[in-house]
Formats: sequence, structure tokens, C-alpha cells
Amino acid sequence: MKEQKLFKKIVSQNNEFERTPVPGNQLKSGKSFLGMYAGEHTAGTEFVIGPMFVAHGVSAGDMVIGLLIGNLLAVLSWGFLTAPIATSKRLTLYYQLERITGKSVVNLYNFINALMFCFLAGSMIAVSATAVGIPFNLAMPELTDWYPKTTGWIVAVLIMGTVITFIAIRGYNQVAKFANVIAPWMILIFVSAAFSALPQLGVHTLDEFIVAAKEVIWTGVPAAGFTKFTIWHIIFFCWFCNMAMHIGMSDLTILRYAKSWKYGFLSFAGMYIGHFVAWIASGILYAVFLQTNTNSNEFAPGPIAFQAAGIAGAVCVIVAGWTTANPTIYRAGLALQGIFPKVKTWKITAIVGGITSLAACFPALVMRLLDFVALYGLVLMPMGAVIFADFYFADKFGFQQEQAITNKKDFTWPALASWLITLLFCLFLNYYYGMEIFFLGLPGWFVAVILFVVFSRLKFPNLKTKLA
Amino acid sequence: MKTLLKIASYFALVLTIVPPILYFKSTITLDQSHMYMTIGMLLWFATAPFWINKKTDDQPQDS
Repeated sequence: MKEQKLFKKIVSQNNEFERTPVPGNQLKSGKSFLGMYAGEHTAGTEFVIGPMFVAHGVSAGDMVIGLLIGNLLAVLSWGFLTAPIATSKRLTLYYQLERITGKSVVNLYNFINALMFCFLAGSMIAVSATAVGIPFNLAMPELTDWYPKTTGWIVAVLIMGTVITFIAIRGYNQVAKFANVIAPWMILIFVSAAFSALPQLGVHTLDEFIVAAKEVIWTGVPAAGFTKFTIWHIIFFCWFCNMAMHIGMSDLTILRYAKSWKYGFLSFAGMYIGHFVAWIASGILYAVFLQTNTNSNEFAPGPIAFQAAGIAGAVCVIVAGWTTANPTIYRAGLALQGIFPKVKTWKITAIVGGITSLAACFPALVMRLLDFVALYGLVLMPMGAVIFADFYFADKFGFQQEQAITNKKDFTWPALASWLITLLFCLFLNYYYGMEIFFLGLPGWFVAVILFVVFSRLKFPNLKTKLA
Repeated sequence: MKTLLKIASYFALVLTIVPPILYFKSTITLDQSHMYMTIGMLLWFATAPFWINKKTDDQPQDS
């Protein structure tokens, strides 16, 4: 499991090569990336996303074709957008951004990133709490819940949050090791749970599965209060749910260790195991839960997995949520420490854990996870577009590459202006034209690239071009 | 020792995936499937940590 060493290196406090390119003798083989992507993308969120597609009334055909196309687009984004820049520059996202726009904008980026990490970790704590609550017969949240309804729920979440925060304070390595241990077992649990669930729908053959998939699981009818999802929703969600990582260039930090730019395509392991197999499996589990609990509006991954896979299913939900929440809290802490370098790590982690635990009390984080994940990618995407434009278009359109470091400045405005105006443009599309959040990333990316090129051409024209 | 642990871990994975398939094929009951999966889980957690991360720690870096 070389991926563990790679990942440890990436999130380590004593991160090597923070401000220098990764040297040739530190590069990693393709196997490291294959294992890391498979493990990273089969996580606690998968227990929510698959069922949410069912709640949004996706049809069976749209589900399968949408997943195939959307995941392919995500893999191509990693392969053609992120990896070539990562292996050419071999710098972290943060340092690359700092070279373009200066330290102050990177601090703002870190702060927003940390907030997003807190909410993501919060949703995972809530997912774990749904399984912890099973033996205590805890009243579970419902699909339409936004606020906590019972004291028992708040207590369960806060206990879970406290434990996870304490472990995060104690350090990252043990959790990373445990995450490695559970990864192969967890992937099998998804598949096993689906096999266990299908007979409860009267399915024992492939033909019966095809019929049940269309008529019982992905019926095309959304749950009350949920919008109808089409194939376009599935394609764009699959493509953009990790937008911060590929188009947003967050994975520059990981792929800078790749021997070849082609390793970006190894993300297929995460996409087609986690975002295909696991989403289909968890969708099946939720459909069975709905069949056996008629008229139930409850939405709790713990009991859903317990019904299909017994104790192993419930334990899988707890550890999947935990091992996703823990590194996320840790990463949020690191992002904030970049802004407040003098504050001790444990204090920052404790504050982050506290915010995360409080956020986790609100079931809205789980029930609206799809919207949140899309928002997370969208908010960070413009900075990825800036890095892309800086790398490919500086010479072509006559502006200076890495303008902050070239001009020895702590702040340059073209990247910040492109970021903010792009988000305003997306807000405008959403508010005035009703374009759903899942689709905003595509027009937003083009706007961010164009704005950055125009602003950079105005403010930092290439001296050679100017003289000519 | 490491080989024995590995064999036990792989057997745990078999206990995780095969019983649900047998239940799918109506060979065993759901309760039996859950029981075997729980045993598989316990066996996996009891054996896998001793060789998965061991391998990582011992492995030289790629160059």
C-alpha cells in the first residue's frame, strides 16, 4: 500500500517540497495512484449519494448511462487538465496559486476551503451517527429535515464529533493506517450489501434485476419535496462532484508525484469502483429500505446498511463516515494553519472539530449533500481555471506567467477578480435563469478563463509583446 | 506468520462476499449471511492491520 505513504506525505505537517518542485527520485509508480484513487473515492459519502439519486427519481437507464459518461468526463478531466500541469510544474496547488496571485489571495482560498471541509466532515459525522444510534433506537432524521429534531440525535452527533476530533488532535497517521485497512473490506461490503438486498426485492436473476431496476429501484419518480433528476443531472454531478480536485486543480498536490501525466487517467479506479459500483449498490439498499418500510420518510444510512448487511453493514457506515471525516478535519486544520501559523495545531484542530460537530447536528448537510458537493466544487473551480489559463495561455495571449512572483508582489488582482466575478456570474445564472447548481461549473469555467486572460493582458502584459 | 495472517485476511474477504451471493441464490438465509459477514468482519479487523500497514512501513520509496 504505497498510496498510504504518498497520502501521508501530502497531508503531513512537515510536508516536503512545499515550495520546491518534487525531485525526480521522489516520484511514485502508477500502482500508488491506482490504490489511492480507489480508496479515496469509496467513502462515507457514497452511502448518501446513491440513495439521493433514488430520492431524486432517476430512471434506471439514465442512472447507468449517466454514471458511465459522467465518470468518464471526470477521468478525462484529471488526465488532460490536472495531470499535465502537475507533472510539468510539480508544485502544490497552494504554491502554484501563490506564484500567480500572491499570499493574501491564497489565505482567502484556504479559509473558504477550510469552511467547506468542515461542512463535508460534518455530513460524515452525521452519517456515522445514524449507525451509532441503531442499538439505542434513536429517532433518525427524515428526508425533509433541515434542523435537528431530537435531543438524542444532537447528543449522538456531538459524542461522535468529540471522539473524531480527539482522534484528529492525536494525529493523522493512525487514522490513515486504519483507512488503509478497511478500504478493501469496505468496497466488498458495498457489493455484498447489494447482493443481500436484491432478494428482498424478489430478485434472484439478472433478468429479474433489470425489471426491478426499472420498476422498483430507479423508478423515475422523485420523493416528495425532491426535484426530478434527468440523465444530465447524473452526468454533470458525476463529472463535477470532484470538480475542486480535477478542474479546480486541488489534485496538483497529489499528481505532482506522478512519474507520467498519464497517471491522471488512473482516477478511473476511484470513479468506476466508488462512483459507479458503490452508488448503484447504495441506491439498491435504499430502495429495499423504502420497500420494507412503506411510507417511511426516514433517511439514515446506518439502518439502511444494517437491514441489508447486518452488523457488518452498520460498522461499515460508522468507519466509512469516520475515516472520511477524520482526514477532512485534519485538512481543514492545515488550511487554517496556513493563515494562522502561530496558533498551535491541536488548538486549530479542536476549533475545526467543534465547528464540524455543531454543523453535523443539522441533517440538512446530509439531505442536501448533492447540492453541497456541487457548491464546494463550484466555489473553488475558478482558481483551477486561473492556473489552467496561466499555464497554457500566457504566451499565446501575451501576458506574464506567474505574475505575482515575476513582479515580486504579495497580491495581484486578476485572479481574485476572475474568481469573484465568475461566482457572481454563476449566481446570476442560477437566480435569473434558474440554472441548477450542478450545471453552473461548465459555463463558469469558460468565464473564469476568459476573465483571467483579459485582466492579465491588461495588468501584466508580456513585455516582449508590449515592445513588439 | 505474515503469510498465515494474509491467508486469514483473504478468507475474511471470502466470508464477506460469498454468503450474500449464496443468499442471492437462495442457498442460505439472510440471518446466516449476516452472521458469516460479521465473522468475516471480525477476522479482517483481527488480521489485516498486521500486514497491510506493515508492508507500507517496510517498503522502500520508489525511485
